Amino acid sequence: MTAMPEIPLLAIKDLTVEFKTRGGVVEALHEVGFEVYKREMVGVVGESGSGKSVTAYTVMGILDRAGRATGGSANFGGFEMIGARERDLHELRGREASMIFQSPRTALNPIRKVGAQIEDVLLQHTGVHRRDAKQEAIELLAQVRILRPEQRYHAYPYELSGGMCQRVMIAIALACEPALLIADEPTTGLDVTTQKATMDIVRDLTSARNMAAILITHDLGLAARYCQRIVVMKQGRVVESAPTEVLFRNPLHPYTKKLIKATPRPDSRLEDLSDVAAEAGMAVVTKPSVAEADNPGRAPLLEVRGLVKEYPLHEAAERRKMIDRILRPNLTPPPSTFRAVDEIDFTVAAGESIGLVGESGCGKSTTSSMVTRLLDPTAGTILFDGEDISAIPARKFARHPLRAAIQMVFQDPTESLNPRFSAFDAIAEPLRRLGAPMDRAVMADTIAELAEMVGLPNELLTRFPHQLSGGQKARVGIARAIALRPKLLILDEPTSALDVSVQAVVLLLLDRLRRELGMTYIFVSHDLNVVRLLCDRVIVMNEGRIVETGNASELLSNPKVDYTRTLVESIPHFGQTPKAPQLKVVKV
Amino acid sequence: MKRFGMIGRRLSQAIPSIIGIIIVTFLLTRALPGDPAVYFAGPAADEQSIAEVRAALGLDRSLPEQFWLYLGDLTRGDLGVSISTGRPVIEELATRLPASLELTLVALIFAIGTALPLGVLAATRPNTWVDHLCRVVVTAGVSLPVFFTGLFLVYIFYYIVDLAPSPLGRLDIYFIAPDHVTGFYLIDSLIAGDLETFTASLAQIILPAITMGLFVLAPLARMTRASMLQALGSDYIRTAQASGLARSKVLFAYAFRNALLPILTTLGMVFSFMLGANVLVEKVFAWPGIGSYAVNALIVSDFAAVQGFVLSMAILFVLINLAIDVLYTVVDPRIGIEG
Amino acid sequence: MAVLDPVGTEKESALAAWWRHFRYVVSENPVTLLAFCLFGTFIVLALFGPWIVPFDPLASDTANALQAPSWKHWFGTDNLGRDVFSRVVVATRLDFMIAFSAVALSFVIGSMLGCLSGYYGGWTDRIVGRSIDTIMAFPLFVLAMGIVAALGNTVENIVYATAIINLPFYTRVARAEVNIRRHAGFVDAAKLAGNADARLLAFHVYPNILPPMMVQVSLNLGWAILNAAGLSFIGLGVRPPSPEWGIMVAEGATFIVSGHWWLALFPGGALMLAVFCFNLLGDGLRDLIDPQRRT
Repeated sequence: MTAMPEIPLLAIKDLTVEFKTRGGVVEALHEVGFEVYKREMVGVVGESGSGKSVTAYTVMGILDRAGRATGGSANFGGFEMIGARERDLHELRGREASMIFQSPRTALNPIRKVGAQIEDVLLQHTGVHRRDAKQEAIELLAQVRILRPEQRYHAYPYELSGGMCQRVMIAIALACEPALLIADEPTTGLDVTTQKATMDIVRDLTSARNMAAILITHDLGLAARYCQRIVVMKQGRVVESAPTEVLFRNPLHPYTKKLIKATPRPDSRLEDLSDVAAEAGMAVVTKPSVAEADNPGRAPLLEVRGLVKEYPLHEAAERRKMIDRILRPNLTPPPSTFRAVDEIDFTVAAGESIGLVGESGCGKSTTSSMVTRLLDPTAGTILFDGEDISAIPARKFARHPLRAAIQMVFQDPTESLNPRFSAFDAIAEPLRRLGAPMDRAVMADTIAELAEMVGLPNELLTRFPHQLSGGQKARVGIARAIALRPKLLILDEPTSALDVSVQAVVLLLLDRLRRELGMTYIFVSHDLNVVRLLCDRVIVMNEGRIVETGNASELLSNPKVDYTRTLVESIPHFGQTPKAPQLKVVKV
Repeated sequence: MKRFGMIGRRLSQAIPSIIGIIIVTFLLTRALPGDPAVYFAGPAADEQSIAEVRAALGLDRSLPEQFWLYLGDLTRGDLGVSISTGRPVIEELATRLPASLELTLVALIFAIGTALPLGVLAATRPNTWVDHLCRVVVTAGVSLPVFFTGLFLVYIFYYIVDLAPSPLGRLDIYFIAPDHVTGFYLIDSLIAGDLETFTASLAQIILPAITMGLFVLAPLARMTRASMLQALGSDYIRTAQASGLARSKVLFAYAFRNALLPILTTLGMVFSFMLGANVLVEKVFAWPGIGSYAVNALIVSDFAAVQGFVLSMAILFVLINLAIDVLYTVVDPRIGIEG
Repeated sequence: MAVLDPVGTEKESALAAWWRHFRYVVSENPVTLLAFCLFGTFIVLALFGPWIVPFDPLASDTANALQAPSWKHWFGTDNLGRDVFSRVVVATRLDFMIAFSAVALSFVIGSMLGCLSGYYGGWTDRIVGRSIDTIMAFPLFVLAMGIVAALGNTVENIVYATAIINLPFYTRVARAEVNIRRHAGFVDAAKLAGNADARLLAFHVYPNILPPMMVQVSLNLGWAILNAAGLSFIGLGVRPPSPEWGIMVAEGATFIVSGHWWLALFPGGALMLAVFCFNLLGDGLRDLIDPQRRT
């Protein structure tokens, strides 16, 4: 371990923050304290509502008007940040301490060139001349590993990918060579490979400049890979703080233990999650599994052959191509369509649970939309139980007898529930439209039974989506999806928007339901570890094609194709051999 | 280069609108009550001479034929002859248009000059007196009928306080209009170096311009405030603050520029209101613009004049919208990628 | 909306729940209460005006013409000796009727068109879009003038003209809101639950676009009244001697320069108060309908 200087660069002590809300005063932070030294990255880990972002905002002095620090201190290099004058804080920001945020594309000014945005910071804090600022900005772009930085200097954020926008933000943050960098969920929403590239840049640049860094994240695995020390927060308090290996080898606080257990790892099993579920008070009502679930039959339930989905490129681009074809006839015309799904074949047997994995843009969501018949394929066939459902247009499928047999659980629980329907109505809707007619009493009983199956308390049935938590909304979505006892259930990233402990509960629930109701699953996700817990087989997709298929555990431990290997290696988690020199091998 | 393509595309998109306008205008004016042939033939005319006049005017032909003739006239710039004055409509429009434009522009300058700062201040200082003032101005402004405001400004400033001149048009009868260069009295009198005429024209234009400006002030201030509030709450402002950029830079280069976009959109809508409010304000202040021209024409069913008026207003509006669209692309570089 | 039938909890009728929500919204923002009270007053005047006024609004009494406001004639008398107060109160009915009919017409047709064009896109969108663009190509008041002049000075025509020029607002708002929600998860979920397009639009999408449209409706009500009054002011609206706020201001305009301010002030003030009330109402209406504001 590198020797640490004795004086911390940032020392937070007993920090308490209150927010004025409609319902009164809410305490967001309660006596939070930790230290950050030079040349180290500290991970602040917690679920939603833990107060990790609030801590950062308070230290930087950019807290919302409704929030106020009511006690404690944050000493930054001898300067007290809490209660300091705005003028002095203003001087520090960007020059001594800077911050990068989530959602990089919205965090950049959309109508200003990225080069100009970097220059703004340089001109503000350093004495650099206008002429030289441009050159420095281009150099910074090169340092964050953006190719062709002289050209990208003139680019607008909408012309860059999410990963590149994040790198621009890093460039802006490091432009004036601050001593401290705070990264607030910098890679949430980015692809796993982009995430790794971005975090590698952060790590390399901050260590090269002897900076201190704070990584705020909900992903324990990410923190384990890049941070020397980890601070665990829960509901506005620090519950544990320790060097990384110590934390994973010997967690002291029950919440830390729960978090570690709930985070899927290459070697974790579904049973490991049941402790977490038991703590959450989920009723573990075990019914006998349907035979099919344990022994998937030979007969295929779903057969996909030569499936293609093409999108015509935009009209303007079309016209330009037409003109190009006339002016430069010798040039091979670029393709006029975009293939989201490029001739894929796969089969799913009844009772099986298969995972469909890939990064964003690989075509997995398009495929699942076509299988669910929400989208029409351009070519290919989809056979469900022997019947060609691809021949029926999506518009007409809503009233088809097979509609009830194929259902879906959506990714964003908030967006997938009608804001004007109560939980009861949301679950009742498929029964009312496609189920056998029932009178009110029978309906009420059916809904109550469904609610019990998914562990949703009865009182919550009258509530509206905005009155429910993320986990509760997810359960409503699941209850709705299984209401008609579908044969095939497609789960489109059902837990990616949920906290890790809630995710554990939901995964167990999904597994149990599958066995009890004898359903077949297609689990779409970008997270291989999660997929491995629920699925027997995995299909890996990239750029519209199937790259590899195989047994889930085998694929993870021994990927055959390069792309799969890159994917597996990019997933951060504790327990892997780190590439960075500071981390040691941790055996959990 | 990309911008010229975009302008070309917008122009071509405007063509169907112009065609639609021409058709609608034609139909509307043909539906006007009254028979122009009778009017032109004179009080002493008998059936036969009326029929002759009708044939001469082309009113006995079928509707599609009349439309075709109308289109032909349009391409030659012939908008017909006004029944009430006997002069070609296009000449009358040419004299009256500058009067209305001058009024509209002065009103717009006043409105933008007041609304934008007010909206920005209200957004940056929420819940202070500026914010409350802004809200009161906005709510009162959209509630007041424009003719009512005009009347009461006249009552207070002319009748009671006796500051304003009598509301009888562009220039008091003692003064002579300056030599015609642009048609705008304010500019022309300055060009001619005639300060007395300039002050007199200014005095006459203040009240009507404020009346119209107040009418337009409200939606502009409301949109500025809302737009600035939204911009200030955006993620990129948080980044700018965290980078320690100067407050003025954050406010103008970052927030305001982004807030301009919805404001420009509102401006297009505001022009539509203004061209309509023109009619009302000109009546209150006896302003010799195209608005009052139109009102008089409508009452006597002078269909050539009405046609010319509606057509010119609509085309003016299309051009203004085009200008706003172009301005939009200057502010927002993202426009043009979707075509 | 389905009647809630929760299992095991006390039943609350839909009406009682709605009343509780109404009280909450009103208590949250006292301005909303003011707006509702004002609105209520206007409705009472519109409905019962002719029976509660002291004088006959049409009865002229030239001997008492142009009298300043007094205890007998609260708002004074006009140039024909008619009581201004009675005329202002009775005019409420006509102006409100015009405004409500016009807005109802344009709301229903406009939101339907906007919904369809936002959901289906393609040719539906293009045709509706072009028609709306043609309407919006005219300065709207000028178009209303043209329509009323062409079709004739009747109350129906004023309603139609106002409805036509208001159509674009609803169509555009509806189209934009539907576009936002077209690909939302709950729309897909409704399809999975077996809702055909028609049901989907009517019961799932449309109720969600209502809150933003509500604000539009109340703003439009104010604007429709101003429109009708403006048309009357230039002589293209309601014909005298019918009492209508716009005509009254027009008739009173000629007397302002000679100092008889009450002929124009009171009807103008009533106009302003009505529009003001509608504008305030907008926010309150949206709070009432938006489920996210529920307790």
